Amino acid sequence: MDHLDVLESRTIYILREAFNKIDKLAMLWSIGKDSNVMLWCARKAFFGHVPFPLANIDTGKKFPEVYEFRDRIIKEWKLDCVIGECPPVEEMDPTLPPAARSGARKTAGLNNLLAREGYDGLIAGIRRDEEGTRAKERVFSPRGTQNTWNFREQPPEFWDQFTTDFAPGTHLRVHPLLHWTELDIWRYTKRENIPLISLYFAKNGKRYRSLGDKDITFPIDSHADTIDSIIEELQHTKVSERAGRAMDHEAEDSFERLRAEGYM
Amino acid sequence: MDTMGMSKVAEPAIQTTQPLKIVIVGHVDHGKSTLVGRLFHDTGSLPDGRVEAVRAMSEKRGMPFEWAFLLDALQAERDQGITIDISQIFFRTDVRHYVLIDAPGHREFVKNMITGAAQADAAVLVVDAKDGMQEQTRRHAYLLHLLGIHQIVVAINKMDSVEYSEARFQEVGTAVRAYLADLGIDLQHTFMIPVVARDGENIVASGEKHLPWYTGPTLAGALDLLQPPVTSLELPLRMPVQDVYKFDDRRIIAGRIESGHLRKGDTLLFSPSNKKARIASIEAWNVKESIMAVRAGESVGFTLDEQIFVERGEICSLTSNPPMLSNVFRGRIFWLGREPLVPGARLKMKLCTGEYQVEVEKIEKVIDTQDLGSNEQNHVERNAIAEVVLRSRRMMALDPFDQNMYTGRFVLVEDYEIVGGGLINMDGYADQRLQGIKSQNIFRVEHRVPIEERWKANGHKGGILWMTGLSGAGKSTLAFSLEQHLFRKGYLVYVLDGDNVRHGLCSDLGFSPQDRVENIRRVGHAAGLFARAGFLVLTAFISPYRADRDRVRAIAPDVFHEVHIDADLSTCETRDPKGLYKKARKGEIHEFTGVSAPYEPPSQPELRIDSGRHSIEECLAQLDAYVSDNFVFTRH
Repeated sequence: MDHLDVLESRTIYILREAFNKIDKLAMLWSIGKDSNVMLWCARKAFFGHVPFPLANIDTGKKFPEVYEFRDRIIKEWKLDCVIGECPPVEEMDPTLPPAARSGARKTAGLNNLLAREGYDGLIAGIRRDEEGTRAKERVFSPRGTQNTWNFREQPPEFWDQFTTDFAPGTHLRVHPLLHWTELDIWRYTKRENIPLISLYFAKNGKRYRSLGDKDITFPIDSHADTIDSIIEELQHTKVSERAGRAMDHEAEDSFERLRAEGYM
Repeated sequence: MDTMGMSKVAEPAIQTTQPLKIVIVGHVDHGKSTLVGRLFHDTGSLPDGRVEAVRAMSEKRGMPFEWAFLLDALQAERDQGITIDISQIFFRTDVRHYVLIDAPGHREFVKNMITGAAQADAAVLVVDAKDGMQEQTRRHAYLLHLLGIHQIVVAINKMDSVEYSEARFQEVGTAVRAYLADLGIDLQHTFMIPVVARDGENIVASGEKHLPWYTGPTLAGALDLLQPPVTSLELPLRMPVQDVYKFDDRRIIAGRIESGHLRKGDTLLFSPSNKKARIASIEAWNVKESIMAVRAGESVGFTLDEQIFVERGEICSLTSNPPMLSNVFRGRIFWLGREPLVPGARLKMKLCTGEYQVEVEKIEKVIDTQDLGSNEQNHVERNAIAEVVLRSRRMMALDPFDQNMYTGRFVLVEDYEIVGGGLINMDGYADQRLQGIKSQNIFRVEHRVPIEERWKANGHKGGILWMTGLSGAGKSTLAFSLEQHLFRKGYLVYVLDGDNVRHGLCSDLGFSPQDRVENIRRVGHAAGLFARAGFLVLTAFISPYRADRDRVRAIAPDVFHEVHIDADLSTCETRDPKGLYKKARKGEIHEFTGVSAPYEPPSQPELRIDSGRHSIEECLAQLDAYVSDNFVFTRH
């Protein structure tokens, strides 16, 4: 087994654990590169089936390419996808910086969807190498009744034994891609030939490395217009993946605050 | 942190290999986070502007810059100044990729340290040159050993605080080596490096300026010399069943192969259910050719040629080399629960995908990680390490940890939380897998004499008084006296004695756990035949395992009477009628019950005779009364 096989096998193991242990389960599908890898691994884990609905939190402010891609894949892969709408930005915590307030809309949309559909658990495609607080996450990460994350009191997790017993009312986040890096995602996408949104590829010297709302996400300078050239670029960059995501950088703790409130 | 490191060389083949996972452990304040921050910086693995950003932030807060801040991504940590939870960070040298796991050194956070360390292939143990080994240094080293991590790089840090003294380095190094050697860690895989993490001396760059007497590798150099994890392809097949899917017309058994490999057409044995079936097909999505074989590490699925009922938690093996079956085992555990663990505690145990309700039967010893001594203590405090005996109502499929780490370790769950983990040791415990009837075409034949007719003719019922107890408790003495007494009263009575059957019926058996099980099985069946013939059978066997006695009870459930001839170990050892205890203590007899093999007392015997306190006559009178109460058969 090579490195990508090892990553894939563990992801499949985690997805199967989640499906076995969580009654009402859904998979967050942002339609970005990571969640496409996650969806691909789910089809491998369940032999071509996706035995739970996908949940897409729609801020209404995504790039048009994102909506186009979403609707095409749903049709082609015959997916069951529920859409969560987000409340207007005026309803968000005014003490948050502006871009984080946009991020908070997504959290609110997510929490509304959870309340409406009654999911016990959500699969989310975050990775440890993306950002400092995500580095500390567990694979099975319990959330409080308000979907909050208590990063001070996380359960122990070892030998691939996850916390799968919960007090009633606990909500669960499952993170099957936690152990992947950005480069792993690209190499696997290439190997498996997984479809991708065109925005990731350079056009006129710019490309998106991470996709968020169109008003708070900025492209990077790049000429990488194939997966190979993206991999080449990432091997030499010292700029972080989420550098183009404004909400991470407004204040030292804004992302941490978002995550504690339930952001992915 | 954010990203993979910059590469200074062209992309070599190392990109496709698995990164080596390194955990950084050590006592609080010995400089772990500083060492990690420096390692990142010096290997060029930090994103642009990160150091400057942390410097600016420190200035804003009016604090001196520290390398450790780089890692303390959470605000809560900066406020407390300690690492609360593990951080996983990716970096690389020119030789390979690493995942660095920074584990907290604070005593309260042992569960986080374990969470981090359990994933590691190797460890860096940071020891302060001035303080030397401290409480958490030892505890962490012990836990590493328990988690099976044997590659350890010891960084003796803050050498500047001891004037870069080689003598002090040797002194601390010798103490650490001695401790690791006592744990049984092979020192061939350990490095001892003097460093000043804050100044980057012997981290990536050589520390020759202040530490010219040290000629070994730097920390990064030592990491590059560590061995990658070994695969478990050579071990017998173990695949815990994770789920059974029926999404379409296929019924797929899914799971991850933890060791060994399997092929289409192999006959699989499922444990503990003991069912067998052949692999009809290996299933996968999006593959061009059908798969003929899969192996350790892969998450797979297959269909079977027969629709047998198997469920999550069972372990698939080949028929030739299955896991052990037992309802009891000894575990070396680390306890993370808030309340101390006490005998009688009921917990959920998870072993691979299997879940079992277990009870703590006994706490054998609590290990002191400071001096490696052990204490007889009847409770296990939070974060302590202990040896305990766990018993389940159901049969469990497992392996001793030293034979297969995947199926030889378990976690304990209480009130929705993982409260401990441990390794399985089966020394002195038998495999309880039943061999079953080997021959075909065997049928039971009905007797024409009903059992009641026999009882009527004899004036008493048949049955088994199964005397169990330690050697020297008085089983044989009481059995032969009772036999004589009852015979004189007109009973059809016969003693099956442990020593006697070993001259004939069981002359091929020794005293290994496996042979003891077989010995008791044969005697149980012989006693059952006697009882059905109308005899009152008295047996005098140590029969140390509860499961074996329960099996005899199952042979003749309505006539089996368990009698515990109960004298404590010290009494029996003082009596020592055959001089066996002396020999056992000298090590001349191995696996001697009570000394070097366990005795499991009955939990609910029909009769308990306190032969430690009462005289033979008193014990005999109690037995006689019990026989009169239970075996007299009056004609109506």
